[in-house]
Amino acid sequence: MAAAGAALAPIIENRLLLPPNAGRIRCSSSARGALVVRGAALSEESRKNRSSALKAVAVKGEAPNLTTAKSGHEILLFDALREGLEEEMARDPTVCVIGEDVGHYGGSYKVTKGLAEKFGDLRVLDTPICENSFTGMGIGAAMTGLRTVVEGMNMGFLLLAYNQISNNAGMLHYTSGGQFKIPIVIRGPGGVGKQLGAEHSQRLESYFQSVPGLQMVACSTPYNAKGLMKAAIRSDNPVILYEHVLLYNLKERIPDEEYVLCLEEAELVRPGKDVTILTYSRMRHFVLQAAKTLVERGYDPEIIDIRSLKPFDLFTIGNSIKKTHKVLIVEECMRTGGIGASLRAAIVDNFWDFLDGRPECLSSQDVPTPYAATLEDATVVQPAQIVVKVEQMCQGLV
Amino acid sequence: MARWRQRLLSSACSSSSSSAAAPQALLRLASSALSRQSSSRGFAAAPDDTTPFVVDIPVPYAGHRCDPPEQRVETSAKELVDFFKVMYVMRRMEIAADSLYKAKFIRGFCHLYDGQEAVCVGMEAALTKEDAIITAYRDHCTHIGRGGTVLEVMAELMGRKSGCSLGKGGSMHMYNKEGNFYGGNGIVGAQTALGAGLAFAQKYNKQNAVSLALYGDGAANQGQLFEAMNISALWDLPVIFVCENNHYGMGTAEWRSAKSPEYYKRGDYVPGLKIDGMDVLAVKQGVRFAKEHALTKGPIVLEMDTYRYHGHSMSDPGSTYRTREEISGVRQERDPIERVRKLLLAKEIVTVADLKNLEKQAKAEVDEAVNQAKEGGQPETHELFTHVHVKGLKQLAYGPDRKEVIVPLP
Repeated sequence: MAAAGAALAPIIENRLLLPPNAGRIRCSSSARGALVVRGAALSEESRKNRSSALKAVAVKGEAPNLTTAKSGHEILLFDALREGLEEEMARDPTVCVIGEDVGHYGGSYKVTKGLAEKFGDLRVLDTPICENSFTGMGIGAAMTGLRTVVEGMNMGFLLLAYNQISNNAGMLHYTSGGQFKIPIVIRGPGGVGKQLGAEHSQRLESYFQSVPGLQMVACSTPYNAKGLMKAAIRSDNPVILYEHVLLYNLKERIPDEEYVLCLEEAELVRPGKDVTILTYSRMRHFVLQAAKTLVERGYDPEIIDIRSLKPFDLFTIGNSIKKTHKVLIVEECMRTGGIGASLRAAIVDNFWDFLDGRPECLSSQDVPTPYAATLEDATVVQPAQIVVKVEQMCQGLV
Repeated sequence: MARWRQRLLSSACSSSSSSAAAPQALLRLASSALSRQSSSRGFAAAPDDTTPFVVDIPVPYAGHRCDPPEQRVETSAKELVDFFKVMYVMRRMEIAADSLYKAKFIRGFCHLYDGQEAVCVGMEAALTKEDAIITAYRDHCTHIGRGGTVLEVMAELMGRKSGCSLGKGGSMHMYNKEGNFYGGNGIVGAQTALGAGLAFAQKYNKQNAVSLALYGDGAANQGQLFEAMNISALWDLPVIFVCENNHYGMGTAEWRSAKSPEYYKRGDYVPGLKIDGMDVLAVKQGVRFAKEHALTKGPIVLEMDTYRYHGHSMSDPGSTYRTREEISGVRQERDPIERVRKLLLAKEIVTVADLKNLEKQAKAEVDEAVNQAKEGGQPETHELFTHVHVKGLKQLAYGPDRKEVIVPLP
């Protein structure tokens, strides 16, 4: 049990041992802590990697045996985003970036660093501070076929462009009877940071989730950040890619080979059988932290990073609920009108018969995020709360 | 205020002189029957004659940070006849829409363009199909100008599947991809930012074309317009901002909503030109000048001094904030179709009977389209869910009970 509990620590690194285009591989589902994903055919290479993956998770503290993988490079999350963006810009000349300080300054979170020197000022466009019109401009350009990536310096600023995002990005394909498509990617950091204040700590997935026609994805690790960035750019639909201010310096080893992830797919982070924990973005890491404690205490949570906020991957989620019969949603949105609220409704609608109790949801408080550190910590969900909630659920106390 | 009302009614019709120059772009709806008739008569110019001659533009242009173009424009007999025909079709179409709305075939919002026909028709004479146009919700006639058919417009207004947006857009959402017409936008002013985006794409792709972003005097007070002007001027985007100033933002007159109703000057560092929007030839000349400017020097603002006879929309009678005398005064003094009619008759290109014929044909065309549209079916129920997303890379629209839809990685 100790081994299994400790094995959770290198979970992120082990992810990388899977070659990027193996499709999906089925590892032994009984191995605790092994990385299990829904299955398709195995390639020779993936078989090798699977066994090294199993070996790596089994032992605590041992450095993962990466020499067998012979690939991958360590990278920080913002750099992974940049890599994905750069690869897509090199591959497709219609991809361009529009935003404040994305060009010469290199991006306020360095996601576009070096791109203006490489691709020129027209493809990495520094705009004045006019979110409404540069988002509109990006949408207008997308209508003609350019694949624009609009960066909001902070997601909260994109509230100024809400009209453009809702009416022109989301609805235009429908109201034009299918004549125009809007292959735009709207991205930027959001979420509660470290004492950034109320207006710079907003969770915009809450507000945009009901706009029809939009797709929303949230990245949480360098691996899925790069994959989702590439998939979003290649998609013909308007995609909002939610990044998190505090995750930009997360480090992980990702494959050297090119890979693109599926926009509508959830990620099974840790298989289990006691309870399904659905989470995304920064809360994934809090859940993993709580999981360490939970596993030590003998619980076996199944952790799913939903990644796709609109539409939900109800297939993955449903299969998990059918197995565990209990579900806990851990999100950073506020209680009212957040992703958790919609996800709970979707779960109740679809999987009522498989639930032992009500779907639980841990969300942020319905308050503007305060500046003071202690108050800010109290606004968002903390790992300790996750542990308590899971224990209560598994003991039938809720 | 009285002086302002007087300004609306000013500018009488002009007499014309003649000269010669190169032919211009022609409109689609020429009347072949008319040309057959006239070849037997010895008129000054036959109606299908493309020999150019020059006409004076009576109302002077006003320039802001630019030298206005000449007060004379080349045209030809055929072009004038085409202008008349297409403007008359547009006029009939809007009047038909009025009666259909009252008969409850058209519901919701219906913003009619009659009175303003010269703006979109004159524009088209100076543009090609490579140029892009985006406008606000008063878009029925702009859609026709860009190559749409009256049937498409009528069917869309009635919510039938034969409409240009398959019945899913409605009056305010008409688009034509082949004609580079980007709609059709419901929210006031939002289209100006999109227009800057169209111009950005044209610059990015190094196309030798311009984008026209049309907006009204009401939208001229929107912040996003000034944002769009700033970024267009900053990056020399080939965009022409066209303010269709019909002097009323719904029920609010321009002097009550704008500190400075000189909309062609409000671009500040962006040059501007004020054009008599009821004179189709003046519009043609002005837009041609603007296109040249946009392609070589950067954005420009055009103010079209025009007027709408109907209210803001069908739910607005249009007489609570202006007098009926004003409306009929403008109709008498400045109607765009009457102006072309007088010009055609003065230059003896057609007879009164010919024009009556053209009018009858136009009415017949519109009536035919209305009847055909009425027979069109409603969209199927499954169309509710189509076109929400584009079927592309790993993408489908889901209902709550969807099955596995994983698509292999490319």
